[in-house]
Amino acid sequence: MAKVLMKGNEAMALAAIKGGCDAFFGYPITPQNEIPEYLSYHMQEHGRVFVQAESEVAAINMVYGAAGAGARVLTSSSSPGIALKQEGISYIVGSELPAVIINVMRGGPGLGGIQPSQGDYNQVTRGGGNGDYHLLAFAPETLQETVDIVKQSFDLADYYRNPVMIAVDGLIGQMMEPVDIDKEVEQKTLEEKTWASDGTSGKRGRVNKIVSLHLDPYDLEKHNLKLKAKYDEMVEKEQRYEMIDTDDAEIVIVAYGSMARIARSAVKELRNEGVKVGIIRPITIWPFPEKAFDELPESVHTLLTVEMSLGQMLQDVKIVNQGRYQLEFYGRAGGVVPEASEIMDQVRKHLKGAK
Amino acid sequence: MKTQTVYKPTGGLTDRPLSYCPGCTHGIIHKLVGEVLEEKGLLDETVAIASVGCSVMSYEFFNCDTQQAAHGRAPAVATGIKRVRPDATVFTYQGDGDLASIGMAEIVHAAHRGENITVVFVNNAIYGMTGGQMAPTTLIGQKTTTSPRGRDQGNTGLPLRMSELLATVPGSTYLERVSVHDPKHIRKAKKALEKAFDVQEKKQGFSMIEFISTCPVNWGMTPNDSLNWAVDNLIPYYPLGVYKDATKGDDNA
Repeated sequence: MAKVLMKGNEAMALAAIKGGCDAFFGYPITPQNEIPEYLSYHMQEHGRVFVQAESEVAAINMVYGAAGAGARVLTSSSSPGIALKQEGISYIVGSELPAVIINVMRGGPGLGGIQPSQGDYNQVTRGGGNGDYHLLAFAPETLQETVDIVKQSFDLADYYRNPVMIAVDGLIGQMMEPVDIDKEVEQKTLEEKTWASDGTSGKRGRVNKIVSLHLDPYDLEKHNLKLKAKYDEMVEKEQRYEMIDTDDAEIVIVAYGSMARIARSAVKELRNEGVKVGIIRPITIWPFPEKAFDELPESVHTLLTVEMSLGQMLQDVKIVNQGRYQLEFYGRAGGVVPEASEIMDQVRKHLKGAK
Repeated sequence: MKTQTVYKPTGGLTDRPLSYCPGCTHGIIHKLVGEVLEEKGLLDETVAIASVGCSVMSYEFFNCDTQQAAHGRAPAVATGIKRVRPDATVFTYQGDGDLASIGMAEIVHAAHRGENITVVFVNNAIYGMTGGQMAPTTLIGQKTTTSPRGRDQGNTGLPLRMSELLATVPGSTYLERVSVHDPKHIRKAKKALEKAFDVQEKKQGFSMIEFISTCPVNWGMTPNDSLNWAVDNLIPYYPLGVYKDATKGDDNA
């Protein structure tokens, strides 16, 4: 199909339908409202479920219930709403259920603001719920990449029996961009959900239980190690990233989402000036794409992490860096979107400083 | 000699020994739920939602598909299941701390949306599992570990009556409060449960049966004294009866 011009939130909603989403449960919050608005109309057309819950807390627990019954389920929210969902997310993980969660990030902390932000990096990659767990977390850059990931994420959630979070900043949710909604995406071979607690024990010949309670500590440790094995598999198989102009780079910007788009503009202009600068663009932020850093050429001396937050991803860059390169950081917070010129200034500063 | 089966345990419950304290009425209520589901032939198509509290392990006891919910969220979990599996029979099993305190929003809104689910609400006027703290349903003057001088209205308000409250919610369909302190009332309670699951089978909407229950351990009484205390104190404040039956076109609202 040809590309059509769509608003980010609506494109994600349509991508969810295309990805086989059976049910959506959500609660209004800016800047993601076009997702539930779109789905409130279109899910019905496809004979699927849409419920506007009484709160984010209820919505994520509806997700937990429907996922436990074997459905492909989506919820969407924005930063403070995601904070409210963290309890339910922990239960979903603990019960090994698939679910897709879209987080259209806004500035924080607290009620914060409604302008684009990447201040949820820690909330997305470290989780706010209790226990040892991770979400497979994507932070796409363009609308096309976003819809492709939304469509794929239902398969990935089913495959790992673990929630997938797609974290986009408000810019991606609110902007319009041409997108091919029917572009083919890689699909997983999936097993039947014989574990689902869906009221068909008669046909199945046994009852199914969806629980995250393990009162025996040795049982619970075993369960945690089982979850850990899934995270190890994700680290091995799911790291996604893009290397941009890094082949001869001396300084490499590390940026994701809308920040990476702005960094691209900066790199383009700097390259015209002859500055050897590139970008590592994480597409998954959990697992963090550590493999990307092993691909850097000898010419690199500095990594400049840029974020629309104050050094959250920087912590992961430090862990991966292991002292290899000089580390610099530039961030704007509170919903301020930096100009490409700000990044260019930073690059120039650190090129000189490092020499 | 000819033998005849005069009593056998319900197939609605598993063989797992119940985790409840001696004399607590959870056992009777479990049995009633199991019997009603078995007799109606619904066990094979039911999903039970366990909550947090004394009944946290009830997913091990009901002999049907089960899902364990976070504290207070059982009606939201039930909503998720029922919306994607409308042909399944879905019920929650919740105590008064779970339903009337932390889960107040979820229960009110499940009723408000007219979710076609059944709620088994066990009200013993105390938090049992955590060791006997004050619940929203604790009576004035009742001593608990967090109202050691007796519940005081000035500090904590008056006990909440959930059946009465939910009767004012336009979306609810069937609400009845029952007790299990003697065989006569146990039989009546079973009829109430049958009615509630009937309402769900006929897709008539939200039903809840509130059970007046006991907590001998945390009330500091013998099982027998607990039953008497419930009759003398709880039932006068929480009168038994049908609070709403919209299946007859009487919404009491």
